[in-house]
Amino acid sequence: MSGWDRFLDSFLNARVAWEYLPKIVEGFGVTVQLALCIILTGLAAGLGLAVLRALGLRPLNWLIVFTVDLFRALPPLVIIALLYFGLPAAGLSLSGFAAAWLALSLVLMAFAEEIFWAGITATPRGQWEAARSTGLSFAQTLGWVILPQAVRMVIPPLTNRTIAITKGTALASVVAVPEILGAAQAGVSFSFNPTPLTLGAVAYVVLFVPVVILGRWIETRFAWKR
Amino acid sequence: MSLDDFLLAFFSLDILREAWPILWQGLRMTLLLSLLVVPLGLVGGVVLALLSTVRHPWVAWPLMAWVDLFRALPPLVLLVFLYAGLPFAGLEVSAVGAVAIGFFLNTGAYYGEVLRAGIESVPRGQMEAARSTGLTRGQAMAFVILPQAVRNVLPDLISNTLEVVKLTSIASVVALPELLFQARQAQSVTYNATPIMAAAVIYFLLLWPVVRLLSRLENRQLVARG
Repeated sequence: MSGWDRFLDSFLNARVAWEYLPKIVEGFGVTVQLALCIILTGLAAGLGLAVLRALGLRPLNWLIVFTVDLFRALPPLVIIALLYFGLPAAGLSLSGFAAAWLALSLVLMAFAEEIFWAGITATPRGQWEAARSTGLSFAQTLGWVILPQAVRMVIPPLTNRTIAITKGTALASVVAVPEILGAAQAGVSFSFNPTPLTLGAVAYVVLFVPVVILGRWIETRFAWKR
Repeated sequence: MSLDDFLLAFFSLDILREAWPILWQGLRMTLLLSLLVVPLGLVGGVVLALLSTVRHPWVAWPLMAWVDLFRALPPLVLLVFLYAGLPFAGLEVSAVGAVAIGFFLNTGAYYGEVLRAGIESVPRGQMEAARSTGLTRGQAMAFVILPQAVRNVLPDLISNTLEVVKLTSIASVVALPELLFQARQAQSVTYNATPIMAAAVIYFLLLWPVVRLLSRLENRQLVARG
């Protein structure tokens, strides 16, 4: 067997690929599910914090800024480890899925809050004053005048951040979540063949290359225009 | 659970004293690892950014595919593929080797995109003026274009570097004894969550100043744009 044949037999072994393809497809589903959960809760929490910050209450704002700094500074894997391996010491056990979901949501929340807040502060003051002078309340002004403009402005950086953090779903394999990487690693250790890893890498490329290209398109489509 | 139990489980000074030598080794390894992978990624990024100035389709298309591929693959997937997969191809790589190759490919692609944006932000006239004074293309790039490009995207470069340092925590998955790995070791010996909590605190203290700096730079950028 030549070197090339041996390489193909290891990394693109048809028999192994066929055997483990269903597991990888299942993992694909788990990855998508986890990613959607994170995007939903992370963005909602980030927007919520930015709105709270717009109230302008000093002590509350310090707390928000500290929380954001905290989850920007901590590596996501450390947060996952703390939640999954640490919390049981407090009598609270999270599943791997829940730990990864919570950890990555907190990280996305922190980055999203910064970005939403940047959009809110970038909206000209005159918009506030004009809206309030027409008789809109603070909440109405924020919800119907400021946020629509602010969110539109920050869509490109928000998309890029969300994509970057969503790729962190692979970290969930460390806490035994059978997402793509977890399923692939299990496949390798059962088959003594790295083909499942090749499949896993392909699955990620299939999942994320369109997302990366979409991100690039959004960046040009919603480019900061002044 | 009482407050005392909680403090004993997460903030025990006795445990911290016991685990400190292990954590200290981990911290040193994390710093060393950062000193290895940040320059590696920067070198890869500069090469990719310089290649992106070549307009020939035989360079531009493979380059875009390369960058998109390594931006789409989660770094942990790349790392596991290199560490667990390459031995099957007859290439035995150490954990440090796998981390170095993986970070070179992944963070190189990110630094490359940032630097490319920086080079594009420098007006064309700069290159023409520099060339007309008798500088070669290489000299003009190195002494005129790149310094301005780096200054223009400095916040993005720092932000990317922060992410790279945080990302070194995934080296724990291939048993490289950096901070998170050592904290997990200490935890499994002491049956106590204090070491992981300590690792999180160390990461936070180490990286908080960088997050603060970035926050200010980003605000200034927004103000400058507005």
